[in-house]
Parts: sequence; C-alpha cells; structure tokens
Amino acid sequence: MLTLNHINWSTPEGVPILRDLSLEIGDNALTVITGPNGGGKTTLAKVIVGLLRPSGGSILLDGEDITELDVTGRARKGISYAFQQPVRFKGLTVHDLLELGSGGTLSDTQVCALLSKVGLCARDYKDREVNASLSGGEIKRIEIASVLARDSRLVIFDEPEAGIDLWSFSGLIQAFEEMKNSHKASQIIISHQERILEVADRIVVVENGKVARDGSREEILPTLTSVAACPIGRDNLGERL
Amino acid sequence: MSENENDKLLDLIANWNEIKASSCAHNIRQNGRSVERMSTENIQIIPKEDGSGLDIRIAAGTKGEKVAIPACVTAANIDDLVYNDFYVGEGADVTIIAGCGIHVHNGEEARHSGIHRFFMGRDSKAVYLEKHVGTGGRRDTKRVIDPVTEVYLEEGSCLEMDTSQIGGVDSTKRITKGSVKAGAKLIIKEHLLTEGEERASTSFQVTLDGDGSAVDLVSRSVAKDHSYQEYRSEIVGNAVCTGHSECDAIITGSGRVNASPALYAANEDASLIHEAAIGKIAGEQIMKLRTFGLTEEEAEQKIIEGFLR
Repeated sequence: MLTLNHINWSTPEGVPILRDLSLEIGDNALTVITGPNGGGKTTLAKVIVGLLRPSGGSILLDGEDITELDVTGRARKGISYAFQQPVRFKGLTVHDLLELGSGGTLSDTQVCALLSKVGLCARDYKDREVNASLSGGEIKRIEIASVLARDSRLVIFDEPEAGIDLWSFSGLIQAFEEMKNSHKASQIIISHQERILEVADRIVVVENGKVARDGSREEILPTLTSVAACPIGRDNLGERL
Repeated sequence: MSENENDKLLDLIANWNEIKASSCAHNIRQNGRSVERMSTENIQIIPKEDGSGLDIRIAAGTKGEKVAIPACVTAANIDDLVYNDFYVGEGADVTIIAGCGIHVHNGEEARHSGIHRFFMGRDSKAVYLEKHVGTGGRRDTKRVIDPVTEVYLEEGSCLEMDTSQIGGVDSTKRITKGSVKAGAKLIIKEHLLTEGEERASTSFQVTLDGDGSAVDLVSRSVAKDHSYQEYRSEIVGNAVCTGHSECDAIITGSGRVNASPALYAANEDASLIHEAAIGKIAGEQIMKLRTFGLTEEEAEQKIIEGFLR
C-alpha cells in the first residue's frame, strides 16, 4: 500500500537523519516503528505525511507516486497523522477540531463516541477550547480523537502513549485493534510501549536513519530484550525491552 | 434600500428575525431617527426629552427578558449621534442587544456614534451583545462607527459585554469605561477584525473600587492586509480586587497592531494580571489543519474564525 524507496533527508545544517531508507507497508496492517531516540522515526513519519520533503527517494501510495504531493494533497489521499506534540488553538473547540478532522459535521453522539475511545467524557470536553488550559495528557487524547475522526487509508500515530494514563491506555489499544479489525486503514504507530508492541502485526526497528530490523511481532519482539539498556526503553517501560 | 434589505442588515447586527418573533422590547433606529419602538411591562423604552436618545428602564427583579435597540445607517452623508442610557433594576437578569450596521455604496460615507451608559443596580445581571457591521461597496467608502460605553456597576452586580466588529468598517474608535463596586463583576469580550485599509482603535479603562470587585477583559483581534489597530487598556485596582486583561492579536499580510496594556494597583491586595500576544498564525497550526486536508488558505480562515468567535 505504501512504498518508501531509498528515502534520504538531512537537517538544514546538513546532518543526515534518514539514510537511504526503504520500507513497504501492507494493507490493513498495524506496524509499530520503534528504535532509539534520534534514530529518525518522527522524521520518517513527517516525510510520509508530507511535512518534510525528502532530499532523495520516492514515496508511492497504492502504486501512485506521491513524492511531489504536499501535506494537503496527501491528507486528501487518506494519509493521517497524530502529532507527537499536539498543536493548540485559541478559540477552536474540541468539537470544532473533531469536525475539521472528519471533514463534515458531527453530532454530539458521534463526538461522544470519538472522545470515549480516548477516555474523555464528551460532556466535559466538547465545548472546551483546544488551548493552553488543557493538560498535556488531555490534548494528546484530543489529538488522537481528531485523527480517529478521519476516514483514513493510512494513519500514523507518533508516540500516542505519551501523557495517557493507564485506564485510558486500554481504550486506546482497543481503538487501534478496532481500526485494524475494520480493515479500513493501515496503521503505523511510533512507540516504545510494550503493550503497543504486543498488538503489532509487524515491528520495524529504525536506527541511524535506516531500517535495522523488520519482521513479524513474534520474530522481532523477543530480540528487543537484548537492547534493554539502550534508549529504546524509556522511563520504567524499558525493563521489558 | 428596501425594507427587506434593512431587515437583512438588522439581522446581521441583532438576529432581527428572532427578535421580531419573540416580541421583546425593542427600538429600531434608522438614519438618525427611531422608526419602530415597543416597550413591555418590565422594560420601558422612553425617548429623552431633548431628543438625543433613549432611556431604557428595566424594572427590578425582571428575569429572562431581552431588549434590542439596533441602529442602521443606509443613506450616505449621515452623521448619527445617539445617547442611550440603560437602567437595570435591582436583581434583574436580562439580555441587552445593540449594535449598528452601515450600508453605503462605493465613494459614500456615513458615521454612527452610539454613546451607551449602563447603570447596573444592586445584584443585577445583564448580558450586553453589541455587533458592528459594514456592508455595501468597498471602494473609497468611509464607514465610521465610534461607540462609547460607560458602565457603572453597583454592589453585587454583573455585566457581561460581548462586542464584535468583523470587518467592513473603515474607521472605528471604541472607548469603554467602567466603575465596579464591591462584589461586582465586569466581563468584557471583544472581537475585532480589520482588513484592507481599515483603522480601529479600542481603549478600556476600568476602575475596581470595592472589595471583591473583578474585571475580566479579553480582546481578540485580527489585522489583515494593510489595516491598523491600536489597543489601550488600563485597569485600576483601588480595593481587594482581581483584574485580568488579555490582548491577543493575529496579524496577516501587512497588518499592524499597537498594544499598550496598563495596570495600576493602589491597594496591596489588588491582584492584577495582564497577558498579551501579537503575532502571525503559527505555522504548526496551519500544518495541523492541512493534515486534515485543508488548503493553507482554508486553514488560515478556520483558525481566524475560531479565534474571533
């Protein structure tokens, strides 16, 4: 479904971040991309979404070359992205943001269903502004809900676990699994989190701007234990990895 | 301008169709004179003896009623000046709707200056909605709206002002002054958009004179194209009080905003805060909405709409 061919990207200062990276993402699959911090995971996501333009290589969606398409064009092709650091808007409400994500109007029931998936009560949140009054965890959940509102072909979640409490996390995992079982969209989740790795169909380890390992969950997950001491494991979640 | 077009202009200012259907107290001012008026048992609209404007007297204890006094100028070379005084009786809880629409064609000019004073009785409450619009041609017009609002809040009262002027007015000078007694609260939300060569100046001066008094002043503005805005605010705390003002402005194109907020604390228990931010729309906000499939222009429009709501 998505093909990345020999992708290169360097910082404006000329530091190479992605180095000749190639990757194929299949239909309706849940792929988790993991790897050490600074390895190029978020850059890779931004290149797929069109937020960054690669200096070399090509990107194909269902066989169509989308390398030259901008962010808007790729979004209209069904590529969605949940930012690692969500953006805040003075004045726009949660309801507004979800509607902008959906591309149409949403009933209160639909808003409620979306927010429930990320562990938020619609009554408390739908009319709140997406501004600095929301905590890091709240805004992160709203960001994920705004992406779930979209009719996507490919969804990329960039560290969705950050700021999410354990109770909500179960709901989030369920949302990822529901999306997988609906066979409507492929998912790429950038994560270090054990429970997310456990629901992956496939795990890709990105290190130094390249694919270091790539295989089924059964194949890759056990190998991650050998790198427990490396930055792959963050905070106390690192023990299992 | 036909009666139907007048209604359209009034509807832009004051949801006129809704007001008509609800048969609330109202007065319509058109081209410098009243053309329709209705009082109710609790809300009396009385012309001033010198003909300079209206006294709107709201009986003590009136709850849930509305009064609307929109004005429109639909002829060129009108210079309309009106003095309206609102007396909100003790314990009343009402909604007051005002505003002005100017409709003139290319090359024409018209001015409206509404001087409104609010006398809020003890423990009374009012929501004041004011909208200013300009319609018609855009070339070489001079639509001027210069409102002056003075508010006097007695103990325990609360006035919530929501004012907006979203484009179409070539020049405006807005002056708002308030005096707030013990336990009273003044809430002001201003929404301002200028475009083209428009000029807008807005000035607030609020004095907190009683213990427990409060003001919350939020001004959000957008200056587009070559337009220019000036913002001045002064909150004076003379008692144990809380004052908060927030001035947020977005500039696009060659828009300019000049903001000067001021706080003056004359009591050691006065707690006064000011926040101000002026800048262009953050690139990441536009990018976020573009990941929803919006173009850059659509994203900018949505961000501004939300910001000014």
